[in-house]
Amino acid sequence: MKAVVCVTLKPDVLDPQGRAIQRACATLGWDGVADVRQGKYFEIQLQTTDRAAAERMARELCEKLLANPVIEDWRIERIEG
Amino acid sequence: MFAVIQFPGSNDDRDMCFAVKSALGAEVALVWHKRGELPPGTRAVLLPGGFSYGDYLRCGAMARFSPVMAAVKRFADAGGPVLGTCNGFQVLCESGLLPGALLRNQALDFVCDPEQRVRVEQAAAPFTSRARPGQVLRIPIKHGEGRYVAEPAELARLDAAGQIVLRYCDAAGETTPDANPNGSVGNVAGVRNAAGNVMGLMPHPEHAAEEGLPGGCDGLVILGSLVDWLERAR
Repeated sequence: MKAVVCVTLKPDVLDPQGRAIQRACATLGWDGVADVRQGKYFEIQLQTTDRAAAERMARELCEKLLANPVIEDWRIERIEG
Repeated sequence: MFAVIQFPGSNDDRDMCFAVKSALGAEVALVWHKRGELPPGTRAVLLPGGFSYGDYLRCGAMARFSPVMAAVKRFADAGGPVLGTCNGFQVLCESGLLPGALLRNQALDFVCDPEQRVRVEQAAAPFTSRARPGQVLRIPIKHGEGRYVAEPAELARLDAAGQIVLRYCDAAGETTPDANPNGSVGNVAGVRNAAGNVMGLMPHPEHAAEEGLPGGCDGLVILGSLVDWLERAR
């Protein structure tokens, strides 16, 4: 199965990269871009056919490695396969 | 004996050894990260700067799982002194041995300043006993991800507990926004754990460790404090 995971900075953590992208948008003429937050996207192939097991593994990966709980939130976008 | 941990991608490990051995006359051993134990006789652990595991995922996120880190954690839990500089600071935060986290510099640039000043907020063993409270040290910085973050309540708690050891400042010792090279909250440049035996800092004391060279040798205030502590504890 495949797990798709997103990791983002917590809302109150300053994201200078997102801000730079937002400013670039304005420079390029997209005046309507009010804010950009940059995050990380993971596609994880898991050697299981059991959806619940896949979700459990994905959750563990997020908690232990993919996200730092001090500064980041994570979410499993979907489990597919 | 000091143990300097080498991760794949560490690059200040030998400078750290030089500073400890040549400038301070202390025994030192390089320890490869795959070792499951610290060498017998280890009395202090130094986590050097660099780019462990290429800074992949997050700085320090992979190094935290190196076999030697379990031994470092046991050593720290038993009260042994552990000092992390730059990437070593990031590894300690990722490991949960220090509070907070280090993120991309606010201005997105890689800062490199051999003249950075930091103010000593806590002059105490084992890491800053050679300093006076409020003393301004000149210690080089060179990093892209050194913006210290902690939630406001956590930061206030750290401050009240005396866990903020160093703050970025100007030559007069003022912790102004202009003196803050990376956007760290409260100009924080170095913190310690609650017990006081684990410390991390973004500046590089090992790069300011030799008399007679430009840039001075204020780094020895920190590394020398640790040597003093080990000698007293002998």
